[in-house]
Amino acid sequence: MLLLIPLLPFVGFLLNASFGRRIGKAAAGAVACGAMAASFAVSLAAVWRLLALDPESRVITDRVFSWITSGDFSVAFALRLDPLASVMILIVSGIGLLIHVYSTAYMHEESDSEFARYFSYLNLFAAFMLVLVLGSNFLVLFVGWEGVGLCSYLLIGFWYQKKSATDAGKKAFIVNRIGDVGFVLGVLLIFVRFRTLDFLEIAQSVAPLGPETVFGTISVITLLLFIGATGKSAQIPLFVWLPDAMEGPTPVSALIHAATMVTAGVYMIGRNALLFSHAPETLTIVAIIGTATALMAGTIALVQNDIKRVLAYSTVSQLGYMFLAMGVGAFGAGIFHLYTHAFFKALLFLGSGAVIHALGGEQDLRRMGGLKSELPITYWTFLVGSLAIAGVPGLAGFFSKDEILFRTFAGGHTLLFFVGLLTSLLTAVYMFRLVFLAFYGPSRAAHAAPSHAAPSHAAPAHPAPAHPAPEHPAPAHPAPEHPAPEHPARHQAPRHQAPGTHLHDAPPAMAIALIVLAIGSVVAGYVSLGGRFERFLEPSFAVTASVRGAALQPGEEVAVDRGLETTLMGVSSLVAFGGIGLAVYFFLKRREAADRMARQFAGVHRVLEHKYYVDEIYDLAVVQPIQIVSREGLWKTVDVRFIDGAVNGVAEAVRGSSEVLRRLQTGSVRAYAASLFLGVVTVLGYYLWR
Amino acid sequence: MPTLNHYLLLSAVLFAIGTAGVFVRRNLITILLSIEIMLNAVNLTFVAFGRAMGSADGQIIVFFVMTVAAAEAAVGLAIVIALFRHRESLNPDMFTQLKW
Repeated sequence: MLLLIPLLPFVGFLLNASFGRRIGKAAAGAVACGAMAASFAVSLAAVWRLLALDPESRVITDRVFSWITSGDFSVAFALRLDPLASVMILIVSGIGLLIHVYSTAYMHEESDSEFARYFSYLNLFAAFMLVLVLGSNFLVLFVGWEGVGLCSYLLIGFWYQKKSATDAGKKAFIVNRIGDVGFVLGVLLIFVRFRTLDFLEIAQSVAPLGPETVFGTISVITLLLFIGATGKSAQIPLFVWLPDAMEGPTPVSALIHAATMVTAGVYMIGRNALLFSHAPETLTIVAIIGTATALMAGTIALVQNDIKRVLAYSTVSQLGYMFLAMGVGAFGAGIFHLYTHAFFKALLFLGSGAVIHALGGEQDLRRMGGLKSELPITYWTFLVGSLAIAGVPGLAGFFSKDEILFRTFAGGHTLLFFVGLLTSLLTAVYMFRLVFLAFYGPSRAAHAAPSHAAPSHAAPAHPAPAHPAPEHPAPAHPAPEHPAPEHPARHQAPRHQAPGTHLHDAPPAMAIALIVLAIGSVVAGYVSLGGRFERFLEPSFAVTASVRGAALQPGEEVAVDRGLETTLMGVSSLVAFGGIGLAVYFFLKRREAADRMARQFAGVHRVLEHKYYVDEIYDLAVVQPIQIVSREGLWKTVDVRFIDGAVNGVAEAVRGSSEVLRRLQTGSVRAYAASLFLGVVTVLGYYLWR
Repeated sequence: MPTLNHYLLLSAVLFAIGTAGVFVRRNLITILLSIEIMLNAVNLTFVAFGRAMGSADGQIIVFFVMTVAAAEAAVGLAIVIALFRHRESLNPDMFTQLKW
C-alpha cells in the first residue's frame, strides 16, 4: 500500500512523458492532477491506518524487494511510515496536489508538448520526494534525494531557451552535488560504523551510547550529513542556488523551493534525530549555521526587488529557523515549522505567481503597485500568507515560530534566541514591504498606458517578447528607493502575452489553490495546541527523548515553562506587529523615509543588494580558480602535453623508426636471397655449435 | 669404396657451387640453373643417407623434390620470359621497382 503513494505520481509521469503531447492540455493536466489526488488519497488512508495503531508502535513497514545483497551488506527497497513520514507525505502529496491544480491554469499558455513535459516533471518530482520521505534506509532516501535534485534541475531549467534559466538549473545541480559528496561520505561512514543503513537499526545501535563529549565518529558522520543538508536545504555556505532557482516557473518555486524539496535536509536531520542528538557539537554547528542563514537571508530579502527573489530569501531564512530548531534539539518544533511553512510559503509563491501571471511576466516590485483592487483574491490570500509568515498571533506561522524561539530560549541559547527574534522582525518587515509595494500605492506599472486600448486582439498576435516595456522610465512614480533599475529587469520567460492584456485576477484553478492554502495557513497551527503535534511526532524521535533522559520530564517542567512561554509568545507577537508597523511606516506611509535610510546607509544597502557579494566571492574563490586550473593546468598542460604528447609520441616513434627500417627493402631479389641465406646459415650454425 | 662422407662432401661442394652461382651470376637463366644444382646437391644427400641407413625414405623424397623442381623450372622460366618481354633484359639488378 505504501508503494502506491510514490508509484501513482510515477505512473502519471510515465503517461505524460509518453503520450502527454498527443492527448492535449486538459487530459495531460487531468492525468497529472489525478495521479497526485490518488496519491494524496492513499496517503490519507495510510495515515488513517497508522493512527489506528497504538501510539508507541506507530510504524508500518512495506518491504518491496531485496535490493542489494553482497556479503554482509544487505539493503532492501523498503518504505516505512511513521508519524514523521506521515506528516511529510501529507505535505508533499497534499500541497503538491494544490500546486498541480494551480499549474494547470498558470502554464496554460505553453504549447501542448511543453505543458505535458512540465507536468511529467512535476509528477516525477512528487514521486521522488515521496520516495525520499518514505524510504526506510539511507539508500532509498538517497534515491529520492538525488531524484528531486534531478527534477529541480529539469524544472528550474524548464524554459531552456533562456540562458539564465539553464544556468540556474546547472547551478542548482552542481551546488547540490557538492553537498551530496558530504552526504555520501556520511552514509558510507555510517555503514562502516554501524554495518547497516536502516534508520531504525541505526537508532537502536546508537541509543545505548552516551552523547559524544569529544569530537568522534558520530560527530563526523552527522557533520557530513549536515553538509548534504546544507546543499539540499540551502543553508550557508551552499544556499546560493536557491535564489537563482527562481528562474523556473512560479508553481515550481512553490513546489520545490518552498514546500517540499528544500525541506529534505530538515527532514533528514529529523529522521536521524537520535544520531544527531549524540553529537552535541554538530548540533551546535547546525543551530549556529541555521541562525546565521536566517539572519543573512532575512537582511538580503529586505532590499531585493524581484518579487520571487524576496520570497526565495525568505525561504532560505525560514529554513534557517528550522535548522535552528533542529540544532537546539527541538526536532518536533522544527518539523512543525516545516509543516506550517509549507502552507504559507506555497501560498505566497502561488500568490506571487498570480501577480506575475496577471502582469504578463512582470516580476520587478518597482513596477508593481496598486494591485489591491484589481486582484482581490490574490491580495487577500497573499495578505493571509504574509500575516502567517510574519508570526501574527492566531495564524500558522505564529505557533511554529514561537515554539522554536521558546525552545531555543528554554535551551539556554540566549544569543541564538535574540538573533532569531531579530530575524522574526526582519521577516515581518520584508514581507510587508512586499505586500505594500505590490498591492498598495499608486499603480506604477506601464500596464496602465497601452493596455486597455486593445484588449481584444491581444494575446497570440504579438510575437514580441512582450513585457511591460522594460526601458519604460516608469513615469509618474518612479520607485524612488532605487532610482534606476541597474539590472534591466529579469523577465519571466517566453510567455507570449501582450503588454496590454487586461489585468485579470487568478483564474478558478489558481484561485482554488490560493484559497485552500490560505485557509491552511490560518488553521494549520492549531493542531499543535497543547503539544499534540509534538506528542504525535515523538515516536519518531522517541529514543531521543529517553537519551536526553533527565532533561525531559514532562509533568512539572511543562507547568513551569508555561509562564515563560506565554511571555515569549507576547514578545514574539510584539515583534511581529513591530515589524509590520515598521513596514507600514517605511513602505506605505512615508516611502521617502525608506529612501533616506537607503541613502544614509548606502554602503550597507549596496552590500545587501548584492547579497553580501557571496556569488562574487564564490566566483572568485571557487569558480575562477577551477576554470584557471582546468584551462591552464588540465587542458593546456596535462591534456595537450602529456596525454596528446604520449599518443602523438608513439606515432612519431613508429614513423621515425620505419623511416630507417624501410631502407632494408631494396627491391633487389639477390639481396633478399642473400639475407635469407645468411639467416638460414646463422640459425643452423646456432643450433649446430651452441 | 666411397663412404657416406664422400657423398656428403660432394653434395656440399655442389651446393656451394649452386649458391655461389645464385649470388654471383647476373643472368636469370643461369641463376635458375644454379638453383637446380643446389636442389640436386640436396637430392644427393638424401639418397646417400637413404642408402647408408638402409631405408627407402630418402629416395622417395628425392622424387618429390624432382617433381617440385620440374614445376618450379616451368614457372620460373615462364616468369623469366615475361620479364624479358617487358625489359629486354635478364639481369636481376634491373628489376628493383618493388621497394620503398
